[in-house]
Amino acid sequence: MQYALLIYDKPDSGAGLSEEQQRAISGEYLAIARDPRAVGGAQLQPVETATTVRVQDGRPLITDGPFADTKEVFGGYYVFEAEHLDAALEVAARIPAARLGGAVEVRPIVEMPR
Amino acid sequence: MLASLVGFLGNVDLAEEAVQEAFALAAERWPREGAPHRPGAWLLTTARNRAIDRLRRERTLAAKTRLLTSQAALQEPASVDDDDPSTIPDERLELMFLCCHPALALDGQVALTLRALGGLSTDEIAQAFLIAPETMKRRLSRAKAKIQAAGIPFRVPPEHLLPERLAAVLAVVYLIFNAGYSGRADLATEAIRLGRILARLLPNEPSVLGLLALMLCHDARRNARFAAGELVLLDDQDPSLWDAAQLAEARSVLQRTRSLGHPDPYVLQAAIAVLQTERPIDWPRIVPLYDELARLTGSPVVELNRAVAMAQAGAPEAALELTERLELLDDYPYLHSTRAELLRRLGRTDEARAAYQRALALARTTPEQRFLQRRLAEL
Repeated sequence: MQYALLIYDKPDSGAGLSEEQQRAISGEYLAIARDPRAVGGAQLQPVETATTVRVQDGRPLITDGPFADTKEVFGGYYVFEAEHLDAALEVAARIPAARLGGAVEVRPIVEMPR
Repeated sequence: MLASLVGFLGNVDLAEEAVQEAFALAAERWPREGAPHRPGAWLLTTARNRAIDRLRRERTLAAKTRLLTSQAALQEPASVDDDDPSTIPDERLELMFLCCHPALALDGQVALTLRALGGLSTDEIAQAFLIAPETMKRRLSRAKAKIQAAGIPFRVPPEHLLPERLAAVLAVVYLIFNAGYSGRADLATEAIRLGRILARLLPNEPSVLGLLALMLCHDARRNARFAAGELVLLDDQDPSLWDAAQLAEARSVLQRTRSLGHPDPYVLQAAIAVLQTERPIDWPRIVPLYDELARLTGSPVVELNRAVAMAQAGAPEAALELTERLELLDDYPYLHSTRAELLRRLGRTDEARAAYQRALALARTTPEQRFLQRRLAEL
């Protein structure tokens, strides 16, 4: 089964961390991306770069900023191939955002017919 | 289907268990392998074969309980045609961990556990929790759908996950017990039954034995808790109304935890409950158990009970002081009823009155209200 691991960061969770600590965290993200079960993923640029689109009455409504005005910010995702949910949850628990005040949402992906 | 199996086997419990196992197997296999062409026939055959297997096992094996390793659990369950009884696992443990998986909403966990392992009908579960049957049906469907869609595994969790997953299972069982404690005796009985199954399948887990002993002890006192609709406090209960056999079982289960090492909250609670069935109650022995329990759990409710034990052991001032630090429990009626009782014993009548009134305002049941009103009048 394939799972999306959607990463929500606590804003400014990087503040107060030394450069070395930040490098270590980046290393963790990289290591997870290199897991053979990771079949996809991306890190998104910061929330300030986001633009949101809605369409009302056939006209696109463009606004500055992310979709959800929440504290936590959607920062990126992995797509993982896993035998069952527990396997995906174990990877999710290792994602740095989860222990730095953010969260990781794990959701199965709809399997597209080939 | 159950009926035809009962006819075939002549044993309702065995038939029900076989049916449950067949459904659990279906829930696990069909999403992966696709549903068979004739699901009804598959279920019946599966159920019948599992029942036969169980009969064979129970005849040929001595009580062989073992915690399945994750490898064994992850393997395909033995095919129903397998003739070797020793390779057929008892899958109730897997089912328990499945039903209580943290990815399921708690109310779904409770409903599913009662449905799949407790053998209660959807209507019976709905009734027990005072919920409309349609709502309960939806709750169960949601839980089952989540299991399939999210790929919740049918297995005993591996070693490193076992402590927290087992804690979740025990929490659900205890929740069911507490739901039954203040009335629905069948729920309490179900919880105890699940506790016994867990104790048989995990005989070396102190938390499992502790919870079973705790439930048995509380349940044994069921008939003494009310007299003519009025609440009877522990000290005043008539021991002849207690279920002696259940108490004896509680004590013997608790005894088995002695050699199992590290302190566990359920074991401590059970030890306290058992000590409270002695006459007279040895409160000085109980206080250190509460000390340990408070240390392990950090729970303000435990601290409150600890205060009660301290007062009973002869230190009401220290107990009162403890209660003054429990602001977290300000909306908890028993904080105020306890303080009222302590203040009364210390002769601080006006303060006691105020505390009883506060407790009365927060009281949750009519017998409790009447009890508090009587105490207020006696001041």
